[in-house]
Amino acid sequence: MIVLRPLLALRASIPPVPPPFFSPPMSLSRFIRTVQLALKSLLLHKLRSGLTMLGIVFGVFSVIAMLAIGQGASVQAQKQVLQLGATNVIVRSVKPPDDTSTARAGSNSFTLDYGLKREDLERLKKALPNAVDIVPVRERKKEARHLHRTLNLRVVGCTPQYFSLNQLHIATGRLLSDSDELVSRNVAVIADDVAAELFKEENPLGRSIDIDRHKFTIVGITRRRTASAGIGGSLSGQDYNKDVYIPYQTFGTLMTDLDIRAVTGSFSIERVELNQITIKFRDKNEVVRNAEAIRETLEYLDRRDPKRDNNHYAIVVPLELLKQADQIRRIFDVVLGSIALISLVVGGIGIMNIMLATVTERTREIGVRRALGARQRDITEQFLMETVVLSGTGGVVGVLLGVFTPFAFGAIQWIVKTFILEENTANSDIGRMFGEMRPEIALWSLPVAFGIAVGTGIIFGLYPARAAARLDPIEALRHE
Amino acid sequence: MKIAADLQDLHKYYDLGSVVVKALRGVSATFPEGDFVAIMGSSGSGKSTLLNLLGALDRPTHGRYVLGGHDVSTLDDDELSMMRNQLIGFIFQSYNLVAQYSVLENIEVPLHYRPGYPSIGDDERNRCIDVATRVGLADRLDHRPYQLSGGQQQRVAIARALINDPEIILADEPTGNLDSATEAEIIRLLEELNAEGRTIIMVTHEPEVAEHAKRQIYMKDGLIAGEGIFRG
Repeated sequence: MIVLRPLLALRASIPPVPPPFFSPPMSLSRFIRTVQLALKSLLLHKLRSGLTMLGIVFGVFSVIAMLAIGQGASVQAQKQVLQLGATNVIVRSVKPPDDTSTARAGSNSFTLDYGLKREDLERLKKALPNAVDIVPVRERKKEARHLHRTLNLRVVGCTPQYFSLNQLHIATGRLLSDSDELVSRNVAVIADDVAAELFKEENPLGRSIDIDRHKFTIVGITRRRTASAGIGGSLSGQDYNKDVYIPYQTFGTLMTDLDIRAVTGSFSIERVELNQITIKFRDKNEVVRNAEAIRETLEYLDRRDPKRDNNHYAIVVPLELLKQADQIRRIFDVVLGSIALISLVVGGIGIMNIMLATVTERTREIGVRRALGARQRDITEQFLMETVVLSGTGGVVGVLLGVFTPFAFGAIQWIVKTFILEENTANSDIGRMFGEMRPEIALWSLPVAFGIAVGTGIIFGLYPARAAARLDPIEALRHE
Repeated sequence: MKIAADLQDLHKYYDLGSVVVKALRGVSATFPEGDFVAIMGSSGSGKSTLLNLLGALDRPTHGRYVLGGHDVSTLDDDELSMMRNQLIGFIFQSYNLVAQYSVLENIEVPLHYRPGYPSIGDDERNRCIDVATRVGLADRLDHRPYQLSGGQQQRVAIARALINDPEIILADEPTGNLDSATEAEIIRLLEELNAEGRTIIMVTHEPEVAEHAKRQIYMKDGLIAGEGIFRG
């Protein structure tokens, strides 16, 4: 028989127990041991652990997904705003509401006179010496014709700078030039859609279109461009794809300030001198300061002329819109993030529930461990580690799922497009906005969501773990 | 002779609100090293309470309990845990093995809770194997408790009790769940351990089992009523 007595010599003198506040942090080997112990216990009930984890998985996934969708929406909004040009200030004529427009004192009651005047342009040019460009724009809705095909479109009279200000790029041919401007040539640059609809397979370059019995030679076609953000409080953005651009001077020569349109049973006359003035500055810092100067200049002109009221134009500062968009993004983040957090909390409650059951179920094991020398802290750590491993694993799976958010959202978009949206709503602004939205995963949201998941595990695991540790070892040993 | 455990006038009262139950009313006893004692008594006699105090699972209301030179009666919860870990080996009636652990891992459990949490290396592993071999389980190291017979499970528990080289081994009805043949094996093992110098304190209500101890203590009404075999 092997004599075990020598083992007695192995017993070291018992070191004093350090007070709890000074207890050393877990050593790595002990940490690994605790993790292994937790894994072992969790793997004992694979289904139960899996289902509990699922709550955290979806919580983390929804946090990432919600933030990604919020981010996507804001990136889209920012893109639209940026297309207006961050260094631009846009002043645009706005048609006043009907009731105030008729019977305007001093003006012909048939004629609706509103919007920016040439005088405003001159004033602004004087008031803003440091502006890089001040570009007037005139627009008119017209019917254009080529052979037997007609198309309602927007005729834009603009200077060559207009194209760079609005990020319009040429696809074929050339843009309008200064010499076109100088000699008022009857030339036109047309947008992509116009070319497609009026010319079909023909090459439009060098051919001409008829607008108001005037012939315009096509010199260029612009590349497709997404619509910009809405201007002047209207939701609809500017759709640049149904435009015809002609030299500003040519516009002035061929068309008067009066826009006469036949409306069912009667006709309307509007008098607008300029539809838009775009002012470009050198850098963003100048924009906000000068936006105020523009507002004051125009208000001064309004005060001088009693016939003018001040709601016939709108000043749009894309930079300010950008700031608004950023604020909206933050609101989105908070609101959507909170909603997602709720599902994480639900997952946490699931963990707590299962851990409480586990503690009851394993009371005897806890008693045995206590009898064999486990301190309360050891038991707390053991059970807490189980919840941390559960929520941590759930967090990792959730993050991996979260990375696939854009695909999941793509599927939702397809479902909406296929089964819910009808033809006309699909082409509306909201329909288009939804269709073009791409969720963008915020990289910071991945570690944050994971961290919150583990945090949730700790918070909801602490109570069951403490409950386990506080069990009276004698009672626990007696537990059936 | 060295004293393993010494009890001086131990009292244990349980305050149940309306009544105070006096489970122990002044128990004094001395257990020298190498002792093998059977504690007997009917239920309610206080023998379980005495065992809990001996096992440092609880503190006495009054009195002194010195275990291996350490006064256990005034320690706090963490210190009691350490005493249990270092000075006491528990053997339970229902074995109380951790179901998800192998034999070797079960024997390892007390090593996890050693003071200062030293890591478990090859030395410790070899010691586990030695102890398992000592109780006759060398060929069962990877088995789970459910793959073992009751007697084998109790051997695992005995090995686990030995791993930290305790001052005393406390056995609570160690053969209560076993048939007589296995009972004899376990008793023989305990006798062998005692012969090697281990101090064993065993609670039992079976006189045949108690007979194998060197001496017997009979408890009644929270007091030691006498020593010797008291049949039926």
